[in-house]
Amino acid sequence: MTEHKKTKSMSLFREILLFLLSRVRRFLLHFKKHRKMKDILTVYYMEAKSARVSGRKVAWITSGGPVEPLIAMDVIPVYPENHGAMIGASKMGAGLCETSEAMGYSSDLCSYARSDIACATVNGGPIGGLPRPDMLVCCNNICGTVLKWYEVQARYFNVPLFIFDTPFCHTGFSEEVRRYVRRQLDEYVLFLEEACGRKMDHGRLSNVGKLSLEAQRLWQAVLDTTVNRPAPMSAFDAFYHLALIVTLRGTREAVDYYRRLLERMKDRVAKGIGAIPDEKYRLLWDNIPVWHRTRWLSEKFASHNACLVADTYTSAWCGSMKYIDENNFFDSMAEAYTRIYLNIGVDEMARTVLAMVDKYDVDGIVMHSNRSCKPYSLGQYDIAKVVEKERGIPSLIIEADMVDDRSFSESQVATRIDAFMEMIKASKQ
Amino acid sequence: MTGLEEFYEILKDPAAYGRKLKSEGRRRIVGYFCSYTPEEVIYAAGAHPFRLFGMGDTIHLADAHFQAYCCSLVRGALEGALAGRLEFLDGAVFPHTCDSIQRLSDVWRMNVKGPFHLDVVLPVKLDTDSAKAYMSDVLHKFIRDLESQLNVRIEKEALRDAMGVFNRIRGHLGRLYEMKSAYPGVISGSDLHAIVKGSMIMDRDRLLEILPGIVTELERKKGEVPEPAGKRLVMAGGICNHPDIYRIIEEAGGVVVGDDLCTGSRYFEGIAKAQGDPVAAIAERYMSRPPCPAKHAGLYDRARHLVDIVREKKAQGVVFFFLKFCDPHAFDYPYLKEALDRTGIPSIMVEVEDQLPSEGQMQTRFETFIEML
Repeated sequence: MTEHKKTKSMSLFREILLFLLSRVRRFLLHFKKHRKMKDILTVYYMEAKSARVSGRKVAWITSGGPVEPLIAMDVIPVYPENHGAMIGASKMGAGLCETSEAMGYSSDLCSYARSDIACATVNGGPIGGLPRPDMLVCCNNICGTVLKWYEVQARYFNVPLFIFDTPFCHTGFSEEVRRYVRRQLDEYVLFLEEACGRKMDHGRLSNVGKLSLEAQRLWQAVLDTTVNRPAPMSAFDAFYHLALIVTLRGTREAVDYYRRLLERMKDRVAKGIGAIPDEKYRLLWDNIPVWHRTRWLSEKFASHNACLVADTYTSAWCGSMKYIDENNFFDSMAEAYTRIYLNIGVDEMARTVLAMVDKYDVDGIVMHSNRSCKPYSLGQYDIAKVVEKERGIPSLIIEADMVDDRSFSESQVATRIDAFMEMIKASKQ
Repeated sequence: MTGLEEFYEILKDPAAYGRKLKSEGRRRIVGYFCSYTPEEVIYAAGAHPFRLFGMGDTIHLADAHFQAYCCSLVRGALEGALAGRLEFLDGAVFPHTCDSIQRLSDVWRMNVKGPFHLDVVLPVKLDTDSAKAYMSDVLHKFIRDLESQLNVRIEKEALRDAMGVFNRIRGHLGRLYEMKSAYPGVISGSDLHAIVKGSMIMDRDRLLEILPGIVTELERKKGEVPEPAGKRLVMAGGICNHPDIYRIIEEAGGVVVGDDLCTGSRYFEGIAKAQGDPVAAIAERYMSRPPCPAKHAGLYDRARHLVDIVREKKAQGVVFFFLKFCDPHAFDYPYLKEALDRTGIPSIMVEVEDQLPSEGQMQTRFETFIEML
């Protein structure tokens, strides 16, 4: 047997074990009343990594992409961006980014993309790489970077790529755009039917749509519990609980999870339990988390009795619910997926932020100026100015990167946070 | 060369030229970014399409709007507008390309008062029927938007005439490129660069008076110039705002005989069909011409195109010339380089921000690269 064949059969053997284990874990999970995020995600990744054995297809999809058709086709959706976040949180970002730079990718490029591209070649990272995709689904409603990133992966894995092109809505949503995106939904279904070798069950898709909307409503309700003082959870908690609304939106599992989470948060509100011991100041977070410093940032703000009660990031997965028609989920996806938070003009984003400032009654905004994410970060200065002018609320800008921690300076950021909090304290007196 | 100094004059101070055009009052002036702006439509509306680049100012006003990791094209253009140097514009057009230009459009709309503001949100995909239909829809929308902003009607005939004008310009620029490749000594790289870039700014009627003369003059001259000893190179990347690069390459023993640049062949390649529906013809040109990396026309198109240029121009190497923080180009670099490597074509990569790296350093890098060829 050649070395190559040996490794291949070894990996198949591992996958069979993983598959059996995932069955056992799923069975056990079934009897658990309070399923933990960690357990759900462990089973999810085990199933995704043993998909070859179970015969299910795996699709890599962008975080803003329409996942419901995949769920309806029983395809396992896998999120490289989520993976990027895990890489960042486990502080493995710098190493993988260096690998990608050795491959010729500029260090100025998105660190999710860089670390994922590097990870695919070495099967590294916290979970030993993502399962190999059977297809790629790229929706550019979050950025143009995903287009380039998915092109790279489509060449690397030599699998079909579907690009779901959602034209940018600078000042509104035109009929031309609606027609174009709606047509692509049909193309998307055809693409999936071809990749899976069977027809889409539209009845099932419509059920998945209902579950997706239900999960989004519950997620929004969970986030809304922080209008209370003290807020029962913080944005840092939301970063954690977010995983399912991204990954398993459209499944019963996500609905059940968020329903229980909502109960728990309501219970905390009733008992007056806050996310931090002594909430005096309330702040809004903007941009993707600094994954390698979430705990440090959370503790830093808590030391000032400041709670990040809301954020523009986790609410993005339920922000375009207003465009969804419950009874016609499929058609309304066109508008809902095109008008998400990052695919709109800076002025409309500023209006969204103003509405959040009012709703959550915050004293200040913390903006992560994220080198990796131009559509999120370019325009932040203008949003800060609008909020300052309209509500007299200050913003703190933290220069960082979501995954790559090589240029992060804890002492510098700490000094800026201290100064910002002093200012807020002074203004509240 | 007759008329050459006019291009240099314009590029030395594009804003001064804009003001001069404005004072002549022949056409209203519509600034635009990127080669995906349908200039024909602007011209057919009786206005003048004026390509905007960074104005080379020191950036301080734009710093209040954009972080340092935004490219110098976007920051420089905003700087010029905020400093009031683009007050001659009647409007500005923002075609959708990359994430940075996308946000430039927003920030411009929110902060630059005066000129009208239009977005042309083209499809990102260029290889499907629905994208083609949408491309045509967007062009129709642009025509309607421009009509209402300029308060004119754009007749089909005017559009067809405009297409004729731009096809002639493209034809002449293409001819200059062919001659440069066949007789590299016939015109310097910097001069050719000045002509192509100036063509995006100069009054197009004036341009059509000068260009044929330049072509004829070079046709006449081509037999007399000695074969240059320089190694033949192709340049690839985005915007080139640094004409000096051509001289530095020539002094290092190379000569650029072709390119795949926004400020080069990607600007003028592809002729829009003169017959039939003009909008369909413009759409067709955008769908089929060599794509910008912010667009998708297939997984291997750009590499194939680059290798083809190198072969067609019989070049020995490629100079990648990138603007720092230009994501689409940076993402394509490893795969393009790999495609060249596989074909045995050596390449070198230069990344610039506002200024070229020190000339001595560039010279040494190019000399080493060119010697190796």
